[in-house]
Amino acid sequence: MVKEVERVGIPVVHMCTITPISLTVGANRIIPTIAIPYPLGNPTLEPADEYALRYKLVSKAIEAFTIPVEQQTVFDV
Amino acid sequence: MKLELGFIEIKDVQFSNECAVKDGILYVNPDQVKEFVYENDDVRQYLKSINFDIAKPGESVRITPVKDVIEPRVKVEGPGGVFPGVISKVDTVGSGRTHVLRGCAVVTAGKIVGFQEGIIDMTGPGADYTPFSKTLNVVMIVEPVEGTKQHDYERAVRFAGLRAATFLGELGRNVTPDEVKTFETYGIKEGLEKLPGLPRVGYLHMLQTQGLLHDTYVYGVDAKKIVATLLNPTETMDGAILSGNCVSACDKNTTYHHLNNPVVAELFEEHGKSINYVCNIITNENVYLADKQRSSDWAAKLAKLLDLDAVIVSEEGFGNPDADLIMNCVKNEKQGIKTVLITDEYAGQDGKSQSLADVSPLATAVVTGGNANMVINLPPMDKVIGTLDYVDIIAGGHAGSLQPDGSIDAELQIITGATNEMGFNRLSAR
Amino acid sequence: MSFRVVHYINQFFANIGGEEMAHVAPELREGAVGPGMAFNQQWKGEAEVVKTIVCGDSYFAEHEKEAKEQVLAWVKEAKPDLFIAGPAFNAGRYGYACANVALAVKTELGIPVLTGMYVENPGADLKDKVLMVATANSAAGMRKAAPAMAKLGLKLAKGEPLAASCVDGYMPNGVRVNFFEKERGAKRAVKMLIAKIKDEAFVTEFPMPNFDRVEPGKAIPDMSKAVVALCTSGGIVPKGNPDHIESSSASHYGEYDITGWDALTAEGWQTAHGGYDPVYANADPNRVLPVDVLRQMEKEGKIGKLHNKFYTTVGNGTAVASSKKFAEEYAQKLLKDGVQAVIMTST
Repeated sequence: MVKEVERVGIPVVHMCTITPISLTVGANRIIPTIAIPYPLGNPTLEPADEYALRYKLVSKAIEAFTIPVEQQTVFDV
Repeated sequence: MKLELGFIEIKDVQFSNECAVKDGILYVNPDQVKEFVYENDDVRQYLKSINFDIAKPGESVRITPVKDVIEPRVKVEGPGGVFPGVISKVDTVGSGRTHVLRGCAVVTAGKIVGFQEGIIDMTGPGADYTPFSKTLNVVMIVEPVEGTKQHDYERAVRFAGLRAATFLGELGRNVTPDEVKTFETYGIKEGLEKLPGLPRVGYLHMLQTQGLLHDTYVYGVDAKKIVATLLNPTETMDGAILSGNCVSACDKNTTYHHLNNPVVAELFEEHGKSINYVCNIITNENVYLADKQRSSDWAAKLAKLLDLDAVIVSEEGFGNPDADLIMNCVKNEKQGIKTVLITDEYAGQDGKSQSLADVSPLATAVVTGGNANMVINLPPMDKVIGTLDYVDIIAGGHAGSLQPDGSIDAELQIITGATNEMGFNRLSAR
Repeated sequence: MSFRVVHYINQFFANIGGEEMAHVAPELREGAVGPGMAFNQQWKGEAEVVKTIVCGDSYFAEHEKEAKEQVLAWVKEAKPDLFIAGPAFNAGRYGYACANVALAVKTELGIPVLTGMYVENPGADLKDKVLMVATANSAAGMRKAAPAMAKLGLKLAKGEPLAASCVDGYMPNGVRVNFFEKERGAKRAVKMLIAKIKDEAFVTEFPMPNFDRVEPGKAIPDMSKAVVALCTSGGIVPKGNPDHIESSSASHYGEYDITGWDALTAEGWQTAHGGYDPVYANADPNRVLPVDVLRQMEKEGKIGKLHNKFYTTVGNGTAVASSKKFAEEYAQKLLKDGVQAVIMTST
């Protein structure tokens, strides 16, 4: 699905937990996330900390759009 | 254009004092054949000796090095004669009636010409891979005059085989065939009227024309000098195309293959039922990129001009011809003409390598003749026609291929016709 | 002598439970459990499942390293002649686990391995490295899968060479093997051509190597002016799932308006996804679709604008072809709406 969007010329950042699958399906900008049931959260944290974590991950994604990539890239978080 | 093929079933071949076809038996007097073969300047000048032998299906016989295989045929009605422009005068063939000595073949063998002749085993595991283990073979073992240059020798052997086949084919002129089949394709307008609504299908036939003993001839013309052109399918049945090439034995099209082109045969099976088989487009496989581009452009242009809906593309050889194959595919697919490609594979002995030198996502329909790199062990045979001297150096063999006991470890490449890219065989790969 | 087999299955096939039990850690059991009994039946004593390893799918996905280590230790101790995982059918994480655990056993311990799954299971991406039998897309296919896997497994245990993939029934694995077809090549070509002309299904004998990669989209130097859209395969939908998006093998996608929502709430939104534990996403849907954070970034001027629509699908068990079709459709809508960047989240 990532590919189909990118194919029309819109850059995509894929946020997912199982990054090898993301690489296989052909995403080019990949941000590793926390866990399958809660990629962008962590229920064991206090709500404020969980929000901060999500903010950090999404910031990484926004930053990833600004970075030119030549090939499939998994960004460090 | 309409051609009748009268098939005379040959059930046995025997040496004899006379030359004749009687009750399905082909009687051969080698001296008489030789006399006819030698009535040619090149043969006289370059061939020191020609000896004949017979190899029958099931016999413990190995023929090597094999250069070409040719089916005896004779034109009994209609213009021209077999192998126009080479044996017969130039005249458009493919109409009237032709008699075929079905079940037998002339095989040229003997001292190696290039390095890409093959092996025919008449029994054992190797026999499963070559169609010529099932034919009654009249084998010509030729020997060149010392100092003969390669290309002169190649031409002389080519002519010798064709002349022998022509001589034997002539024996069927007045024999009543066991079966007669009619093949007819139509002109554009006539085809549209007779077969309205049927998809228009062509056969894009790629000819090996790399030069350096890798050549194919059309009406006597060296096909590397042609641009893509059209042929009635029936012309091929009279020998319009013949092999002058010594490319890898497994996927070179012998003259026998050209005469019995399986794509032509299978397209005729569906002609008038599910398709309108319009014609053949022949093109070459040259060594320059500009030639490849021009030839594939022309082939695609002709396909469009004929309003074809689909084409079958058959390759000959491998390596850089894969680029021609993909160009022929892509250029047709891009103009809306559907393609099916027939090729073979060089996937390595372990089957793990990239099979083709070029690929394209548009090549969605591919038939394969199998992996030519597969290693096969050929057990020793009681009799060798020709010589085992070259087994280690012909394509598919390697130093040490020939074992002390006469068995051979080699790649399938070494077997004549094993991975034929006209789809002559059942062999495939996944 | 009977060949010894170790079998790997997930919590569901061990009858421990479904998604709610997917967190269970690896466990070793004696003898055959569930599908292993079907293998034993086929083998009639020639081979036998001696140990069964059960592991929760989520546990494997989230603790892959530990899970693999544990499995390897047990397999090493059992010294089997063959390791079988699954079949996983179209369960994505189970397939992923089967393929990866089998690969580890093969490379670390040098034991022949075999698994089985639906061709579109993400785990099947490893088919070139791990021998796999293609199964149906649901456990209803067990009756066909078990004999096929048992037969091939026995061949592996015996160390016999493999025939071509279509003969031995494994997914094409990039290793080309010769075999004799029933019809000659030219006849096969004509049949293929007629099928292609009629737009009917046909199977190429040589699939072109995988080249489906898309050029990375151009970088956007200044995100503060960019329109950013959210998409997800995590199945976030309005509460009550008004469009009835299927929890598995979805037949359509959802397009929902988030105008006026500063964050997704448990009252307004939920997940329709059937492949993962929904509790956390239902309690706080922003954990899957981070609307809250993006709204804040919009206010802070870090992004130009959050697009007012998002697109949602359920990745679980949905055929690749359908997902592709959905995305092709909504990609056009995104383009038309002037979206410049897409964040896609997956569970």
